[in-house]
Amino acid sequence: MAHRLAIESEHIRADMVEAMEFPHLANKYQVFGVPRTVINETTHVEGMVPEATLVEALLQAVSAGE
Amino acid sequence: MPLIADKDREQLQKIFAENLTAPVKLVMFTQEFECDFCAETRQLVEELAATSDLVQAEVYDFVADKAVAESYGVDKIPAIAVVGERDYGVRFYGIPSGYEFSTLIEDIINVSRGESGLSEATVAAVADIHTPVHLQVFVTPT
Repeated sequence: MAHRLAIESEHIRADMVEAMEFPHLANKYQVFGVPRTVINETTHVEGMVPEATLVEALLQAVSAGE
Repeated sequence: MPLIADKDREQLQKIFAENLTAPVKLVMFTQEFECDFCAETRQLVEELAATSDLVQAEVYDFVADKAVAESYGVDKIPAIAVVGERDYGVRFYGIPSGYEFSTLIEDIINVSRGESGLSEATVAAVADIHTPVHLQVFVTPT
């Protein structure tokens, strides 16, 4: 779904990161369960969530950063 | 030994033939002494490119082609950028296996068509975003 958001908006880029191959990043972002979505380094979304929930978190992260 | 089994390859050929409308580049970054999973990721990308004339593999060396890596914002390997008519910012870091392989196939189709397939409400919501957003989704092989 993150990749779909990147396709939709030219302002959004989305990385899928394999946690086992990049343990230093998993550690940095405190990944204990997957999927874990990190938005702009600051906001986290835990687990598989409905589209609307992810979009809500996304908008919150954007407005927090403004 | 191929990573994509014969019957899966046939199914992929069919899915791509039915759904791809424009060329997609899988821009892959590895290095000379290939990292854990780099060789497998490169092989996967090359096998995918063999399933459709519209899917193309471009393999770069993360060290020797540093400028290319930077132009794609790639800072770790193995990396795959799924690029269509433009670069939408779709990246995979680490090998896309299991469930993530399905995500890669879905991405190739969406990027080819330039369509996100998101709901009208989501499309309207993200239209209001005018500042850079970076999503990192951490996954494990399934």
